[in-house]
Amino acid sequence: MSAPDTAATLRDAVVSGARSAEEVCREALDRLERLDPALHAFNTVTAERALAGARDLDRRRAASPRALDSLPLAGVPVAVKDNLCTRGVRTTASSRILEHYVPPYDATIVTRLEGAGALIVGKTNCDEFAMGSSNENSAFGPVHNPWDRTRTPGGSSGGSAAAVAAGITPVAIGSDTGGSIRQPAALCGITGLKPSYGRVSRYGLIAFASSLDQIGPFARTAADAARLLDVMAGEDPRDATTAALPAPALQGALTGDVRGMRIGVPRRLLDQGLDPEVREAFLAALDVLRGRGTTLVDVELPRARYAIPVYYLVATAEASSNLARYDGVRYGFRAPGTSDTDLRTMYCRTRDLGFGPEVKRRIILGTYVLSAGYYDAYYLKAQQVRTLIRQDYDDAFTRTDVVALPTSPVPAFRLGERVDDPLQMYLNDVFTVSANLTGLPAISVPCGFTRGRLPIGLQLTGPGFDEAAILRVADAYERETGWWKEVPE
Amino acid sequence: MAKVLTPADVARVAALAHLELTEEETAVFTRQLDAILAYADDVRQIDTTGVPPTSHVLPRQSRERADEVQPSLPPGEALANAPDPAPSAGLFKVPRVLG
Repeated sequence: MSAPDTAATLRDAVVSGARSAEEVCREALDRLERLDPALHAFNTVTAERALAGARDLDRRRAASPRALDSLPLAGVPVAVKDNLCTRGVRTTASSRILEHYVPPYDATIVTRLEGAGALIVGKTNCDEFAMGSSNENSAFGPVHNPWDRTRTPGGSSGGSAAAVAAGITPVAIGSDTGGSIRQPAALCGITGLKPSYGRVSRYGLIAFASSLDQIGPFARTAADAARLLDVMAGEDPRDATTAALPAPALQGALTGDVRGMRIGVPRRLLDQGLDPEVREAFLAALDVLRGRGTTLVDVELPRARYAIPVYYLVATAEASSNLARYDGVRYGFRAPGTSDTDLRTMYCRTRDLGFGPEVKRRIILGTYVLSAGYYDAYYLKAQQVRTLIRQDYDDAFTRTDVVALPTSPVPAFRLGERVDDPLQMYLNDVFTVSANLTGLPAISVPCGFTRGRLPIGLQLTGPGFDEAAILRVADAYERETGWWKEVPE
Repeated sequence: MAKVLTPADVARVAALAHLELTEEETAVFTRQLDAILAYADDVRQIDTTGVPPTSHVLPRQSRERADEVQPSLPPGEALANAPDPAPSAGLFKVPRVLG
């Protein structure tokens, strides 16, 4: 397979009239139909919606040749994670409890993407309610990694990552609560960005942990990620947690010039279960950045090593509260035969049959840490250490412009290898959860391969609302390396 | 590491969360969650005297907006996903609550 077109290339071809949006859309749908049976990246294909959008663009351009000039994503096929609501299109969060749920409204980012000319070709498979690091918690079966189908694409946004890595769509949308965009991007050899908390509206995102969840783009290039985020970002009256900041205009940040920028490296964190080949690729990536004129700075993030336990106490507490809404009354699944029982039996059986094991495990853990007698010892304590982790990053950013770490401590592991040991699975997130706890923006970019040809990711974390800094470094790194051009067989 | 979680704890918490677990699920979750809580024990040892908790990282607490009437969902659409709707009454039906 040759390197697929970027969103920028496709958009320019459609805007100039070199290609029709319908043709671009049909090609994406053909790739989806051909490749997805082996990948299982999609829960639902939205061919009619995408083609209707494409024909509308083509009609508008036929009527007026400049009609599409103002659309940054005109004719760009995009895959959207199945925990983002799409009006009239089944939205499941890969859970039995929402298997037949059809939202009566669009998520704000869906409205914004389509308003910018994007064509949504389908809803992507993910871990149930975005809870997982391997996609194996999907009620509909796992996604397969395009680089090695016996392996995980990562999670939870594994379907979106696999769709881009396989070249089905040039870009995709995911959500990231503890690494769910960055880790699958790393394991699938593409770019994935978690914006700052408050940057992107979450109206229409099926909530997992509300103080941590963010929506962000997958792409082949930093420039495409910037293009998407420019469309997605901004205040939304429907989400009171969005920041009232001007549009970031991130594409202008990609100058290629990173001379004088300081790259912070928390070397003491690298002892945390890091695969030797990942370490090697990470250190080589630092050399490349130094070669572009940056300075490497040692930083200490002394409390970051507590990020995993803090994250799993905070995230599960919030999840147990958010998932209380699935009660078999207003929408979603109700256990058969329980309408004639009593309310409590209906609730309990519906939730037992509707949720998978990982979701139940997290609801129980979260309920436990919030319950009387344990709240102070676990939940409050975790919130206090969360403050200390943020202080560590604030301190580091007085001496550095971005912090570099590997995205995942290991390359893609085999499907089935870790399903029986949830704690081991949680440790996959060791380098990613801090960005969610602190609300800071972070990006994963491809930085090499193992000898077995599995992709490796470099993670860059920036100060709050400074997506421009991490995108500038990511783009400069890309210009110096060819990893992002590699595609699976 | 001493066990902090018993099957009775898991059953009690599951009941609070309206989850009906099988005995096997209770046994597996007890073992797995006990290991996770033991791992979290390090966090409990950190001195956090005087450290304020972070419940979110928003730069500001709240905001006001104009009090304007916005369109809302028609009742038919709001009921469309309900497992047991009563459309003519415009209601969601639940099993009996009182005996």
